[in-house]
Amino acid sequence: MKRLLSFIITVLVLTGVMAFTTPGLLDRVRLGLDLKGGFEILYHAEPMETGGTLTRASLQKTAESLEKRANALGTSEPEVTTEGTDRIRLKIAGVTDEAEVRKKMKEPAVLTFRSAAEGDATGVYSKIELVGSDFVENAAEVQRNNLNQPEISITVKDKKKFAEITERLLGKELAIYLDDQLLGSPPTVRAVLTDGKASISGNYTIDEARALADTINLGALPLKLTEKYSQSVGATLGKQSLDQTIKAGLVGSLIILIFMMAMYRLPGVLASFALILHTWLLILVFVIADFTLTLPGIAAFILGIGMAVDANIITNERIREEMRSGKSILSSVKAGNKTSFRTVMDANVTTIIVAAVMFAFGTGAVKGFALILIVEIVLSIVTNLYFAHWLLTVLVKAGTLKKPKQFGVKESDIRAL
Amino acid sequence: MRFKKDMDFVHLSKYFFIFSIVITVMGVIFLGFMGLNYSVDFKAGSNVDVSLSKNITQDQLQPALSGLGLSHEPNITIGDKRVNIRYDEELDNEQSAALKTAITKLDDKASFEVNTVDPEMAKELARNAIYSVLLSSLGIIVYVSIRFEWRFAVAAIVALLHDAFMVVAIFSIFRLEVDLTFIVAVLTIIGYSINDTIVIFDRIRENLRFGKQKSYEDLKALVNKSVSQTLMRSLYTAFTVFIAAFFLLILGGESIKMFSLAMVIGLLFGAYSSIFIASPLWLLLKKRQKVAVKNNPAKA
Repeated sequence: MKRLLSFIITVLVLTGVMAFTTPGLLDRVRLGLDLKGGFEILYHAEPMETGGTLTRASLQKTAESLEKRANALGTSEPEVTTEGTDRIRLKIAGVTDEAEVRKKMKEPAVLTFRSAAEGDATGVYSKIELVGSDFVENAAEVQRNNLNQPEISITVKDKKKFAEITERLLGKELAIYLDDQLLGSPPTVRAVLTDGKASISGNYTIDEARALADTINLGALPLKLTEKYSQSVGATLGKQSLDQTIKAGLVGSLIILIFMMAMYRLPGVLASFALILHTWLLILVFVIADFTLTLPGIAAFILGIGMAVDANIITNERIREEMRSGKSILSSVKAGNKTSFRTVMDANVTTIIVAAVMFAFGTGAVKGFALILIVEIVLSIVTNLYFAHWLLTVLVKAGTLKKPKQFGVKESDIRAL
Repeated sequence: MRFKKDMDFVHLSKYFFIFSIVITVMGVIFLGFMGLNYSVDFKAGSNVDVSLSKNITQDQLQPALSGLGLSHEPNITIGDKRVNIRYDEELDNEQSAALKTAITKLDDKASFEVNTVDPEMAKELARNAIYSVLLSSLGIIVYVSIRFEWRFAVAAIVALLHDAFMVVAIFSIFRLEVDLTFIVAVLTIIGYSINDTIVIFDRIRENLRFGKQKSYEDLKALVNKSVSQTLMRSLYTAFTVFIAAFFLLILGGESIKMFSLAMVIGLLFGAYSSIFIASPLWLLLKKRQKVAVKNNPAKA
């Protein structure tokens, strides 16, 4: 009785949790552009001037500035990632004027040092004194001054010009802008500098100082971006794909569940419950780990469901086989669980190895596919092996399952042991 | 519903070996002469998918597209509330914007999917996928050789490559369009194939423990027994996975049609190869070992 109670409580609690959370979880699954509409561009980055070098830091910086710009254009959750040594991938959803966004994105980041022109309100600097290319490439560095505060040393190409500026602006502020955005609080010119070198100090933390130095270096050596690949999916089309795919998935799943229950009776119902739990957990992982669901993800999803069903079929076929050989129900279930566990583990581990190699060496779609497959197999081991086996054992021990018929085995097929 | 235990799968497999070899040869010939029918993903150019609220005709569309200043005529396919326009050259931002404006004039509820591709990217992904598959085959060799023995590993890999190649061959022979999702479909098939094969091998391994197999006949009987013991499971699993892929094919969207088709074909081959290719192949390899032992017992 106690066993049956623990079974009933487990099933009820899990059903309740799943029914209660599923709608919320589904809304929170982040959808890929192919499913919700938007556009994706893969940029190839190269130094603006020939002979320049492309560093990891400058690529990173360019990606960050792309993200800032995309945010400034009011798009929802732009995703910008660097790939390899010279690529940046940009994904934006919900854009109305795509051409405009694309044009804006391609322009290199403009770094300017500005002073307040006459008539400027406090905090506004509109006179451009220096531009990015006035600085020596990669010369901006973070140092510590006598007071151990971080400061940024910079070197300007034209010493005379810099001397003139610093003389004119002595005691005044020289603000640093990236595109049209003011960076930090404007530093004040404290001395006339004739050797083209200067250090910018302010109340920077070491991270802020590093970020500013990177920005200046990037401004001195902007990257030229060319579109390697672009994909644009209309929001309606994306939604349509998603709806159709979900519908197909639901119909397919329903038939699979009906098949399992018709074929394996009560154990089939348990297997179906484990399969639903498996799917729910997968959605949960998607939300918690913030994975993006794309079409390749759906492919991995289907394969995973197929393998999860397979685990249940293997177990139940094995149990039937043990029963037909004349064993008692309890020992059939025990033996079936034990042998099928090893079989499924070997099959799953082999598939995980394949997926792990794909994840390690693949790119883009291949990587995403592999990751989801790995997650799904691990979940399947938990739900369709451990959990499903446990459910079945509990029911058998509680005496609810005591006839071969309940397993879909005919009495006439059972051989005497 | 149960099959009789005395079905001779090993004997039947001879015909299936021939069948697979014929398709492989045909596939190689088609691939060699015709290649694959690559989608815009693999060719430079632009592909525009338009979803419409009403049907429009070629005559309505033609004048709208003529003002874009492109040197090649696009290839237009008109479907039910859907139009596909394919250009051999890449549309730039202005051209794609102009195209959208022109079609929006015909139907203001039109929704667009514009793909512009540098073919290098798709080729790179395909290359990358092939390397990944070959590398994962090494992983399979190591794991299966440890848990089973190397002959199982070799047979499993042959079955896996067989399934992947069959789908590629079928797509080449029937000139079906190969796009980026095709690569993912082939990877899925490989995942399914290895899973399916290992389960049967596991049964062969288990049966090997019970008795001493002295002759080739004993081994053959053992393979037949193992395959028939796992046959129902193989069929049921193939059926369920097939159902999932099949509904994706008939109900899933246009954009994953080719993907679903590749899956459906691949899954059938996956189930087939586990039974008729992988297990008999293992027997073939094992037979050679038996012969070697007979001829030179000192070395065994």
